[in-house]
Amino acid sequence: MDLKENVISSLTMIKRTKMRSFLTMLGIIIGVMAVIVVMSVGKGAESLIFNQIKSMGSNLVGVLPGASEEDGPPASVFGIVNTSLKYEDGEEIIKKGCDCIESLAMYVSGNDVVNVEDNKINANFSGTTASYINVEDTEVGEGRFFTKEEEKGVAKVAVLGFEVVEKLFGDQDPIGRRIRIKKTNFLIIGAMKERGKSGFQNQDDQIFVPISTAQKLLLGVNHISLVRAKVDDEKNLDKALDSMTWILRDRHNIDVGEKNDFTINSMEQGLEALSSVTSALRLFLASVAAIALVVGGFGIMNIMLASVQERTREIGLRKALGAKRSHITMQFLIESSVITFLGGVIGVILGILISILTAKIVQVLGYDWDLVITPFSIILGAGVSIGIGLIFGIIPARKAAKLDPIEALRYE
Amino acid sequence: MSLIEVKDLKREFANDEVVTKVLKGISFKIEKGEFVSIMGPSGSGKSTLMHILGFLDKLSSGKFNFEGEDVSELEDDDLAEMRNKKIGFVFQSFNLLNRATALENVILPLLYSDMPKKEREKRAKDLLIDVGLEHRLHYSPNKLSGGEKQRVAIARALVNHPEVVFADEPTGNLDSKSGLQVMKILQELNEKGNTVILVTHERYTAEHAKRIIKLKDGEIVEDVEVIKRQLATQNGELTK
Repeated sequence: MDLKENVISSLTMIKRTKMRSFLTMLGIIIGVMAVIVVMSVGKGAESLIFNQIKSMGSNLVGVLPGASEEDGPPASVFGIVNTSLKYEDGEEIIKKGCDCIESLAMYVSGNDVVNVEDNKINANFSGTTASYINVEDTEVGEGRFFTKEEEKGVAKVAVLGFEVVEKLFGDQDPIGRRIRIKKTNFLIIGAMKERGKSGFQNQDDQIFVPISTAQKLLLGVNHISLVRAKVDDEKNLDKALDSMTWILRDRHNIDVGEKNDFTINSMEQGLEALSSVTSALRLFLASVAAIALVVGGFGIMNIMLASVQERTREIGLRKALGAKRSHITMQFLIESSVITFLGGVIGVILGILISILTAKIVQVLGYDWDLVITPFSIILGAGVSIGIGLIFGIIPARKAAKLDPIEALRYE
Repeated sequence: MSLIEVKDLKREFANDEVVTKVLKGISFKIEKGEFVSIMGPSGSGKSTLMHILGFLDKLSSGKFNFEGEDVSELEDDDLAEMRNKKIGFVFQSFNLLNRATALENVILPLLYSDMPKKEREKRAKDLLIDVGLEHRLHYSPNKLSGGEKQRVAIARALVNHPEVVFADEPTGNLDSKSGLQVMKILQELNEKGNTVILVTHERYTAEHAKRIIKLKDGEIVEDVEVIKRQLATQNGELTK
């Protein structure tokens, strides 16, 4: 009896016990599906971050307050306040830094209730510098952005993000109107063009005010939370990083050999730090999927053991008619792997469908998400499922092969 | 050279330190073309003897020669090969696979040989026609009558052109008419030169053979020619 005949006879067996075979497969189906989906979603999330970086420009350098932990982002990313970075630090970099730094923006942000007459919403505001437009490579749709003088002079002016305009004013022209944040009235001087969501940051739901205004009137602080510098050419990124690092170390009085009290990164480096987080997450999810596969494997083993028991007489007969141990072993191994392989195929198909669905939904939500289904994950899914059939089929198959034909024939 | 020759054959089963002696030193020869009944009450050891002669079981001590070769020390896989090439079994309870057709049941032993698929099918079909079941080729066994089932089983026993056909109480689960049909087929087989060994506890059934070896308590108590032989053809007609 060759492989083909064995497979055909297994398929007949599966067809005869459809419900049981399906339930047996279920663990494998779910496991393989989960593997495919986790891989696809992981890749998709990576593409999301990558696309975001690309859209922001890969020639940006960011400075965050606080030392960075090894391989990870600094604590300030997770909302822990660190006040080591000041407005003057940025000014100094502009003055003394490498010529390759084209422009530099500083940020401090908060969230509060915003009033327009009777209309109240909760909005994020960003205190930033006049250079924001240049560094972020964005444009004002109507009106204008604030000037360097306004930036320094605690001017009570605001520029609204695209979504904020919609929420507060609908179709009305917001320019010249006033909004109220924390007892301070702001004159609206501009409205931004739509930027779209880019990854975790939505720039359209922000209200931009001069950084000095945000510090003094809205937040009551004198630190800043982010410096972002635009470098003229990607080649000069290292040079810019170097010069910024030395200026900041000098200003913060950090001795040779001591660690930075800030974190400076190019976008690429930031991406790497982030991808170490996403890959850890992916590994975690993949191991959950792997556990599902192993559980599925034990399900297979259970059913195959029951099947061996149930077919004791058949096994006895086959042996009486001349089947060797290897024939019986083969028969049951092939049967279990045919079941798991079918489960694997169904799992791959479902996994692909869910991945496509996920990508479509995320794309509809406005994110730049690529649908990635690697052939590797499909091969892995199918291969692992056959492997599980073989591994978890061994014990039942050997049990069957070891049966004594005389006793097996007498079995009731 | 005898087809089967056993000398001082013993078989013991050890169970929880209690040793049961089932066969206590048996010797006989069976020549090619014989029709022998092994007869005895239950517990006489006739089934165990059939299992050993049919390569399903191993002997504890003694000699067993098959076609002149010593086969007393064969391992499991060699025994399986001997069963596949030299032996055909007909069981009391038919032992057919219900999820396979009659034809597939007959082909089953050949799946473990290296015969090409076409030849396997042709041989099985021819044999089913020989036992009068050409109209039942693709029936599942649970749609067949007891007599028809046993005829499928006989076709299966013959499909590998065995040296010996063992029939273990082949009429035990059949009505007398179907039983006669089965005995008739076995007698015809023997007429064509096949060696047939019948295992039974009934003297009447045993007398369809030409020779009776009678066992009691693991020993041979009688080994005689059948003088007044029962011929199935005289008692019943084969109906299809």
